[in-house]
Amino acid sequence: MGDSQYSFSLTTFSPSGKLVQIEHALMAVGSGQTSLGIKATNGVVVATEKKLPSILVDETSVQKIQLMTPNIGVVYSGMGPDSRVLVRKSRKQAQQYFRLYKETIPVTQLVRETATVMQEFTQSGGVRPFGVSLLIAGYDDNGPQLYQVDPSGSYFSWKASAMGKNVSNAKTFLEKRYTEVMELEDAIHTAILTLKEGFEGQISGKNIEIGIIGTDRQFRVLSSSEIDDYLAEVE
Amino acid sequence: MYKLIIKINVVGKLGRVWIAYMPTQLVWDKRFFVVFGQNASRCSKQVASPKSHGGEKLIRCLVIGSACSHSHPLPYLEKKKVYFLARSISLLSSLSFPLALSSPTNHLYSLAAMSIFEYNGSALVAMVGKNCFAIASDRRLGVQLQTVATDFQRVFKIHDRLYIGLSGLATDAQTMYQKLVFRHKLYQLREERDMKPQTFASLVSALLYEKRFGPFFCQPVIAGLGDNDEPFICTMDCLGAKELAKDFVVSGTASESLYGACESMYKPDMEPEELFETISQALLSSVDRDCLSGWGGYVLLVYAALLTPTEVQEKILKGRMD
Repeated sequence: MGDSQYSFSLTTFSPSGKLVQIEHALMAVGSGQTSLGIKATNGVVVATEKKLPSILVDETSVQKIQLMTPNIGVVYSGMGPDSRVLVRKSRKQAQQYFRLYKETIPVTQLVRETATVMQEFTQSGGVRPFGVSLLIAGYDDNGPQLYQVDPSGSYFSWKASAMGKNVSNAKTFLEKRYTEVMELEDAIHTAILTLKEGFEGQISGKNIEIGIIGTDRQFRVLSSSEIDDYLAEVE
Repeated sequence: MYKLIIKINVVGKLGRVWIAYMPTQLVWDKRFFVVFGQNASRCSKQVASPKSHGGEKLIRCLVIGSACSHSHPLPYLEKKKVYFLARSISLLSSLSFPLALSSPTNHLYSLAAMSIFEYNGSALVAMVGKNCFAIASDRRLGVQLQTVATDFQRVFKIHDRLYIGLSGLATDAQTMYQKLVFRHKLYQLREERDMKPQTFASLVSALLYEKRFGPFFCQPVIAGLGDNDEPFICTMDCLGAKELAKDFVVSGTASESLYGACESMYKPDMEPEELFETISQALLSSVDRDCLSGWGGYVLLVYAALLTPTEVQEKILKGRMD
C-alpha cells in the first residue's frame, strides 16, 4: 500500500488523496467506548458507556459527559484527555463570545469554533490530530440541535448518531427506531435500548452515563439512580 | 499647563507637538516647555500669568527648540532632551489638540482651544415611540468655527432595523462606522441572521473599550427594533460605557440643550407622526443654541406595524442655516 509511506507525517497528503493520520485518528475513535445522541422534538439526549478499567476505580469521580455552556453539553468517543482539551477551549470561546456580544453563543457557532480548533491541529507542524469525535448537544433559539465533530474538523448535524466501538450496529438500530415525532422521554428510552444492544455485561446506572437537555435549556447529566429508574421502565 | 497665544515659526513636529524656532532665545522652563522668541520678557510674563490674555481657556504645550537647520543651535539643549520633552508633553496632552492652522506665510496661529469632541461639532438624538423609534442629527461639518459641509451624514444604517449615529470627531465617526459595518457583515455571514440591537450595542461598547488608552473620540447613539418590534435605544461615551434609556438619548456638542428640549417635549408612547414632530422640534431648537452644530437636520423614523414590513421615513429639516 503506497499509503504507508505517507502515514507518519500529518501534513503530507498520500497519493490517494488522504491524510493518513486522520484516518488513524478515526480508528482511535472507533476503538473508543460507544456513545450516541438522539434529537427529539423537545430536546436532545446523549448517552455513553462508562466502562472503567477496574472495579477499584471510584466511578463517581468519572464524568464523561460535560457542559460547554449551561445549554450545550458534549460527549466523546476516543481519548478522554483529548476531549478535555477541546472542552476547555470551547468553554473559553463560548465565554469570549458572551463577553463581546452579551448574548449566549448559538450552538452552530460553538460547534464551528470547536471544529476549527480540531482542523488547526491537522494542518500545523509538530502536532497530532485529536483522537476524539464529539457529539455536541444543545438547545438554543433554533431549537434542539445535535452535532458530531470528527478529528478532521468536519461537522454534521444529526437527528441521531452513534460513534465508537459498536457504531454500525448502533446506527442500524437507531435508523430503525428513530421517528421524527419522538419526544425526549422516548428518546431516552431509545438511547438506553441502543446502548444495551452492544453492551457487554450487566447494564446499570453505574456503567452508563446519560445527559439530557429539554425546553428549559439547561443541560444536565442524569444521576445514577435516575438512570436506574429509566432502566427499570425499559425492561 | 501654561496657557497662551503665541505666534511662532513652525519648523518641525514631533507627534502632536510643534517644534518651532524663534529668533531670540528666552526662557527655559524645565517643566513644560521652552519659549523662544522676540519680546522675550513679555512672553515670559505671559507664560507666568495666563490671565493676561483675557482668561481664555487654552491648553497648549509647545516645545520650541532648534530643529531647523538655519536656526542657532541652543547651547544648553541637546536634541535628545528636546525630543524627550516633546514626547512626555504629547503624552500628557493626549486629549488636547494642537489646533494648527498654517497660513501661507508659515506662521502658526494657535486659536481658542476646543476639546477634541468639539472640533467638528455635532448633535444627535434618538427617541422611542410606540413600536417605532426616531434618530436625528444635524448636518453641519465644521473645522472649529469654520463650516466646511452642510450635508454631512452622521446617522448610518447597519441593517434594516438598526441604525447608529456617531457624534464627536468626524474622522473617528467614519472609521468607527466602517469597522462596525465590517464586523456586522461578518456576523451576518457567520450566523446567517442580523444582529439584535442589544448585541450590537455590546459590540460597539467592546470595540470602544479596546482602545481604552487611545480612544476613538466619538460618542455613538444606537437605535433599533429588537425582538417583538420592541424599540431599543442606547448611547455610550467614547470609552464604551453604555447608557440604556427608555425614552431618549442625546449626544454631541448640543447635548445639554438637547437634554433640556427632549425632557420637556417627550411623552411616552407617541405615534410615529407625533414622534417625528417632537424629535424635529427638539433637534432644531437645541442646535439653534449651539454654534457648532446646525445647518438643518436629518430625521430618520422607523416604524414597525403588524402585517406590514418595517417602514422607514427619512426627512431633511430646514432650520436656521447658520
